[in-house]
Amino acid sequence: MPVVQVEAVRKSFGAVEVLKGIDLTVERGEVIAIIGRSGSGKSTLLRCINGLEVIQAGRIEVSGHRLDASGKGLRELRKDVGIVFQSYNLFPHLRVGENIMLAPRVVLRVGRAEARQRAEEALAEVGLGERFEAWPDNLSGGQQQRVAIARSLAMKPKVMLFDEVTSALDPELTGEVLATMERLAGHGMTMLLVTHEMAFARRVATQTVFMHQGKVWELGPSEQLFGAPQTPELRQFLGSGLK
Amino acid sequence: MIRTFSESEFLFIVASARWTLLLTVLALLLGGALGFVVALVRTSRLAPLRMLAAGWIGMIQGIPVLMLLFLSYYGLSLAGVDMPPIVAASVSMALYASAYLGEIWRGSIQSVAWQQWEASAALAMSRAQQYRYVILPQAVRIAVAPTVGFVVQLVKNTSIVSIIGVVELARAGNLVNNATFAPFKVFGTVAATYFVICWPISLLARRLEGRLHARRPG
Repeated sequence: MPVVQVEAVRKSFGAVEVLKGIDLTVERGEVIAIIGRSGSGKSTLLRCINGLEVIQAGRIEVSGHRLDASGKGLRELRKDVGIVFQSYNLFPHLRVGENIMLAPRVVLRVGRAEARQRAEEALAEVGLGERFEAWPDNLSGGQQQRVAIARSLAMKPKVMLFDEVTSALDPELTGEVLATMERLAGHGMTMLLVTHEMAFARRVATQTVFMHQGKVWELGPSEQLFGAPQTPELRQFLGSGLK
Repeated sequence: MIRTFSESEFLFIVASARWTLLLTVLALLLGGALGFVVALVRTSRLAPLRMLAAGWIGMIQGIPVLMLLFLSYYGLSLAGVDMPPIVAASVSMALYASAYLGEIWRGSIQSVAWQQWEASAALAMSRAQQYRYVILPQAVRIAVAPTVGFVVQLVKNTSIVSIIGVVELARAGNLVNNATFAPFKVFGTVAATYFVICWPISLLARRLEGRLHARRPG
């Protein structure tokens, strides 16, 4: 059974239709990169998958939780879906460790000792094992982003969504965050990422989706999609200074 | 017979400050509890509730405290509810405080970055959990300085209840002045007593503001 199933999803903001019937399936362990111009709907699609945006039509199913226009079952679904944002969004009033322990404790109701263990494991996974007691404000952008990834990991999600997570970072910090993501992929995490890092998508993603004008324009194994784009739109997109 | 303004008059005025303080504390506790509810309702997801809270804030802020006082004292006694002046005074000061504190705290809640709502929602927190663990702890820091600032206003505005016969600081000054005709000494004492109460609170507000801003740049 696929981890994520998106069927005929439509989403409008006012009169503007941003997603015009999207179909997408993510199997367990797959890493799918979503690329496309700004405004092509790629971030919106990601945000729809964990219900941060409400869809108007179609169906989204994540590991057995179904999401439709009614918005029911949202919290159950979110327990299985981690998301990392461009702007980290750590909780500034909590130390790094507390940031990570909070949701397992209050949402999943795990005990303090287990929450702490989860947090330590997650921090180790992102290579920040020694920053448990640090304040988010005292970390670099790249470190904050890795803590944000750890915060999601501690919920033990079935799939992780990454929404342009390196767009606010300089090249060096981008590299450290991408390395973390690559390690996660290597450990078998199912991942869906919106990104402008074409080289990363090509190397790490099993499949790449090219979105254009609110539709899945082209989809295929990354090597094939980047190596031999089929549509003029993708050729133009890849050709426009991104090589 | 005209009395002279002596030590006993001075002490009478200063001692009456306890009623001013009591009123302030009651207004803060009752008004704070109500104001907290107002702030939560004002930031609710349900539009009718938000409008209700906005209506409350608008109404109380649009009425002079004096009218609240008259309504709760004379109005209710005409309706057959006999209320001691101190109770009517506490109630009207609490109503007044609830609207202003509600508005201050509404602003504090709303100045927490909206991404904090999104990040906590994405971690499957319920609305109540978002408030309890993520939003309110941040809003409290923002709220401390303006809240303490409002307390200073509250202390001074309690003087208005002298009109219905509560012998707090201002009323005590009036009484002593009528007996001594020494307005400069009397009201000088009254003003100095208010100052002694309010000045430390103002200092505290400024210090808290400075410290919170210094701790969290950006």
